[in-house]
Amino acid sequence: MITASPPVKETKNYLNHERGIKSWLLTGDHKRIAILYLISVTLFFALGGVFASLIRLELSTPAGDLLESNQYNKVFTMHGILMVFFFLIPSIPATLGNFLIPMMIGAKDLAFPKINLLSWYIYVVGGIFTLYVLLTGGVDTGWTFYTPFSTSYSNGYVIAAGLGIFINGFSSILTGLNFIVTIHRMRAPGLTWFRLPLFVWAHYATSAIMILGTPVVAVTLFLVVLERGFHIGFFDPAYGGDPVLFQHLFWFYSHPAVYIMILPSMGVISEVISTFSSKKPFGYTFIAFSSVAIAVFGFLVWGHHLFVAGQSIYAGLVFSILSYVVAIPSAIKVFNWAATMYKGKVRLETPMLYALGFIGLFTVGGLTGIFLSSLGMDVHLTDTYFVVAHFHYVMVGGALLGYLCGIHFWWPKIFGRMYSQVWSKVSAVLVFVGFNLTFFPQFLLGYMGMPRRYHVYPPEFQVFNVLSSAGASVLALGLILPAIYLTWSLKHGEIASENPWGATGLEWQTASPPIMENFEVTPVVTTEAYDYSTQQEVVHVG
Amino acid sequence: MSDHNEQHHIVPKSVYFAVFITLIAMTWVTAWVSTVDLGRLNIFVALSIAIFKASLVILFFMHVKYGTKLTKFTVLAGLYWLVLLLFIAMCDLWTRGWMGVPGR
Ligand SMILES: [Cu+2]
Repeated sequence: MITASPPVKETKNYLNHERGIKSWLLTGDHKRIAILYLISVTLFFALGGVFASLIRLELSTPAGDLLESNQYNKVFTMHGILMVFFFLIPSIPATLGNFLIPMMIGAKDLAFPKINLLSWYIYVVGGIFTLYVLLTGGVDTGWTFYTPFSTSYSNGYVIAAGLGIFINGFSSILTGLNFIVTIHRMRAPGLTWFRLPLFVWAHYATSAIMILGTPVVAVTLFLVVLERGFHIGFFDPAYGGDPVLFQHLFWFYSHPAVYIMILPSMGVISEVISTFSSKKPFGYTFIAFSSVAIAVFGFLVWGHHLFVAGQSIYAGLVFSILSYVVAIPSAIKVFNWAATMYKGKVRLETPMLYALGFIGLFTVGGLTGIFLSSLGMDVHLTDTYFVVAHFHYVMVGGALLGYLCGIHFWWPKIFGRMYSQVWSKVSAVLVFVGFNLTFFPQFLLGYMGMPRRYHVYPPEFQVFNVLSSAGASVLALGLILPAIYLTWSLKHGEIASENPWGATGLEWQTASPPIMENFEVTPVVTTEAYDYSTQQEVVHVG
Repeated sequence: MSDHNEQHHIVPKSVYFAVFITLIAMTWVTAWVSTVDLGRLNIFVALSIAIFKASLVILFFMHVKYGTKLTKFTVLAGLYWLVLLLFIAMCDLWTRGWMGVPGR
């Protein structure tokens, strides 16, 4: 609901509590740290997007006319590193998670505010390392740093890039640690585990993956640095190592890392679908436990990346079966979201449009994952554009749409302003259409046999590549729009009420934007989550 | 539960010294045993000593012995995940030769 806005006297909140750059850079407030993260991940996303544009520009013709093969290698590597490690992994947890977890559980802050700030600084230092690599000549290994290329043959700045990601890993570990302790120790009176919002459950599972998985990838990249810098043998057979060992260690983290990206998104979607259907999520416990199941079983499937890498066929068989199994908890969520909407009062506001887009795209991404985890099919599809399309459907169609969905949903809470309903709906549609136009042709290209990571291709692939590049332009437009209308709304948007969407969480029961301490008095929880019976009639926005 | 008391358990200094001396002693043993050729047992002996030392550090220096059940559970989860990583990765290595075709 929007109060017709006569310029109200500014109330005290976390944004104007203190002023000046120092008050931001030395803050311990989880809400301000979330904003710091919001700004930095957006910058890295924009940079990653520039590299994506270069890739799509190069691939709109079969010849290598824009970039040389060497430059092209560096461009897709930087695109991958920036997007995966500096955007997708921190995106939702470090921004929305940071902002919302204490508010959702009725706490004043996270358990360790200083560690929270430290994690942002570590992120920035890791980012600077990576930007240094970019400025001094780049790295050409792909974001996966496969050995022995990365340790023995690559001409890029592998060591600096590896260290950048190593450092950045600690930021992720500290965030996860902070969330777990906070969720265990700081819940408001009456807020039992099964009254927690599903967003919190999703972040709990995510944090477990961050803590258990991230050290492995950090150490693995450190081993690459040791082998490359000091010729200590881990992966290169020439020094007595095993190159497949690298892939085992790398994917032990990097498969679960996909769940670090997608689980928080699923948490967002659960909140949004419930709110805009005005219905308790169907099968609350199933959704909550499916998050935990994904976190646990997600660790047992990494070998599906190694089917053609010389891994034992018997190990491949087991990994293939387990990869099918891990699809079940994701499917549970999708079915439960659908059942939540069934007979609900569905309102197609902007966040809901993004949520519906998420369900569609994530389902395609998930199901094509089943194709890839079949041993025989994978031999044909490995390292083709089919894989590229698959993981973009999961990571962009899933994680990025979840992020945009969450940003649009909680924007009024975070900044106390509404954004343009018309433009935001236009952008949601553009993103969905542009995304499909970009990546669906890539499934076909991959199936026809176009390999990934080449800057030239036979002319018969051009039609689909041009379609894909055209889609990328539409997608880019859909992503630039929010940057404009959201920024515009900061000053000119209508003042948002406490609870503009008629949602149920504790975060909606305090001012928008929240006061420094989040709540005037510590809330006491007496009901289940998502109790819409206590909700007053919601006034339609826009 | 006696969670609260356990958290503030005060460990006598003597325990820390005893652990420290044991760690130093085991370091000597590691160095010495590396000069003795035990054949296939080399790796087992070296790793056993290392695991023993790591356990001492975790239990006493990191206070896990006096920690809450949740702390112990967390530590065990970490170890369990390490075992998952090593065991499943080794399963690949152990079964690579079964087909008798190199590279399969
Ligand atoms: Cu995977």
